[in-house]
Amino acid sequence: MDNKDNTHIVKYRTYLFVLITLIVFTFISVAITGIQLGKLAVVGALVLASFKSSLVLWYFMHLKYENQFLRLMVGLVLFVFIAVLIVTFFDYSFQ
Amino acid sequence: MSTVAVHRDDVGSKIGMWLFIFTELLLFGGLFIVYAVYRYKNPVAFHLAGEELDVTVGTLNTVILLISSATVAMSISAVQYGNKRATLSYLLITILLALFFMINKYFEWSGKFGHGMYPGSEKLTELGQGEVLFFGLYFAMTGLHALHIIIGVTILLIMLVRIMNNKINKTYFVQLENSGLYWHLVDIIWIFLFPLFYLIS
Repeated sequence: MDNKDNTHIVKYRTYLFVLITLIVFTFISVAITGIQLGKLAVVGALVLASFKSSLVLWYFMHLKYENQFLRLMVGLVLFVFIAVLIVTFFDYSFQ
Repeated sequence: MSTVAVHRDDVGSKIGMWLFIFTELLLFGGLFIVYAVYRYKNPVAFHLAGEELDVTVGTLNTVILLISSATVAMSISAVQYGNKRATLSYLLITILLALFFMINKYFEWSGKFGHGMYPGSEKLTELGQGEVLFFGLYFAMTGLHALHIIIGVTILLIMLVRIMNNKINKTYFVQLENSGLYWHLVDIIWIFLFPLFYLIS
């Protein structure tokens, strides 16, 4: 296979911006739970965590620069996980 | 060393690493589902038990892991630029941050143990089933995560030596990339562990 496939070099600055965004969102999620939002707080924290992990996957783990095939595989795994989660909760909600 | 005859497949190597990462994601994913179901069934107990955890320590550890994730990514850019010194420095920072994380974890856990909070302890069983479940999952999930940190640090140390020996260099660095992927996985898992355990009160 072609070993020169991955010659893209990500700039330090890009990583620094992503890191700052990640840290800012960490503090936002801490601040959100400080306010009494009830059930919304859980949803908010999980949405922020999903956003943060997407940034890690996309930039730090280089999915942005990888080929389509790898992105498709990652998408499939996430789909399987979310499907299992939803089915489990359907099961528990209707017991 | 002749590099012409050596078989090399960087893309295949990386796909293999990703496949392994998928199994890890589903392993922790299963645990997250267990957590979600028990929390759904014991909302009050989870809420109260969550207050026992120190948000400051959790936030600090989150920031530590995020920075370490960025520095390991930077070390890969550095190796691609052919800057060995920078590669080693970024990797060393990553390793030191990981040790920092483990020191925090040590104090956190020993604090809990000191208060009689550990799996199967008398104090915990007195509190009730919901608390037992919360702390059981807390110790199991953060423990498994800490085990991943220890493995990750070991791998990063091996990478450090290999970079020093020029085994990993500007033209051959897929091992460093794969180690980086593993480290980011550890980071992603913590990104979810943190709000679920520390931020639920």
